[in-house]
Amino acid sequence: MHIPDGFIDIPTSTAFAAVAAVGVAASLKGAARSLDEKTAPLAGLTATFIFAVQMLNFPVAAGTSGHLLGGALAAILVGPYVATLSLTVVLLLQALLFADGGLTALGLSVFNMSLLGVWAGYGAFLLARKVLPKNKVSITAGAFFAGLVSVPVAALGFVLQYAIGANATFSLTTVFTAMFGTHVLIGIGEGIITGLSVSAVMASRPDLVFGYRGTKKNLEIREVQK
Amino acid sequence: MKNPLVVTGLVVSLVLAGGVSYYASSDPDGLEKVAGDVGFLDSAKESAVEDGPLAGYGVAGVDNERISGGLAGVIGVASTAAVSFGLFYALRRFKKDKL
Repeated sequence: MHIPDGFIDIPTSTAFAAVAAVGVAASLKGAARSLDEKTAPLAGLTATFIFAVQMLNFPVAAGTSGHLLGGALAAILVGPYVATLSLTVVLLLQALLFADGGLTALGLSVFNMSLLGVWAGYGAFLLARKVLPKNKVSITAGAFFAGLVSVPVAALGFVLQYAIGANATFSLTTVFTAMFGTHVLIGIGEGIITGLSVSAVMASRPDLVFGYRGTKKNLEIREVQK
Repeated sequence: MKNPLVVTGLVVSLVLAGGVSYYASSDPDGLEKVAGDVGFLDSAKESAVEDGPLAGYGVAGVDNERISGGLAGVIGVASTAAVSFGLFYALRRFKKDKL
């Protein structure tokens, strides 16, 4: 979902770049508060792993492929602030080194994937965690759901950008329908990869998983209060 | 860095980007496909770094596709690791200094 230069006009791209910059600045602050000796290496690994898996396009329908975005995965593993930074590092390097996604369009992509994708995935995960029973299987199920939700939401970010500042003049309804439909399919792949990756980390170091640590900490506090 | 999870994860990332990526689908991704179907794909402009040495996930001058793509993947993993580990360790230190 890396947007090339030219799809969206410069004023709109600039405006979204400004919003993205505010989001990244807030995330730097949030991340500085949450990172410690144990989570900093996992954060670096998460960004690196997302770069690698983003190279693995999987087929979704005739003549269409998708790849992991990783926003939900990162949010569950290292929390939403560090996740936004991880995705931004990946997008920045992809645009600069590999010409994957335009340079003037970078703010658009950061908005969609580093902010919308991350926070939609994180929100969906929290919702699933609240509804499902409190165990490790629920963490994996929640991760699948978070991945599934995050992709179409990120795609809607592009639809919004298209509505505001597309250089082309095709109907918004057509773009909306095509983007949403295609990315629900890609979201299924995202959900599967997110669920598998989270369960792999849960199997070896559940204590490092941000989305799981939260539940355990609450229990500890209750014990102390007794 | 004695964490076996991190070491394993980095090795897996190298294998995925350096080797498995050769077998990835080369069909257009969701956005590109939609742009083509709806008709606005030709409004795309070339990136300013389109002629860069790694543009399009290949190393310029390396003809063998598997080696070129694999090498680009390894360079990408190494660059992402360098920048992200650097950033997150720096942020962790920043927090320590403030406290």
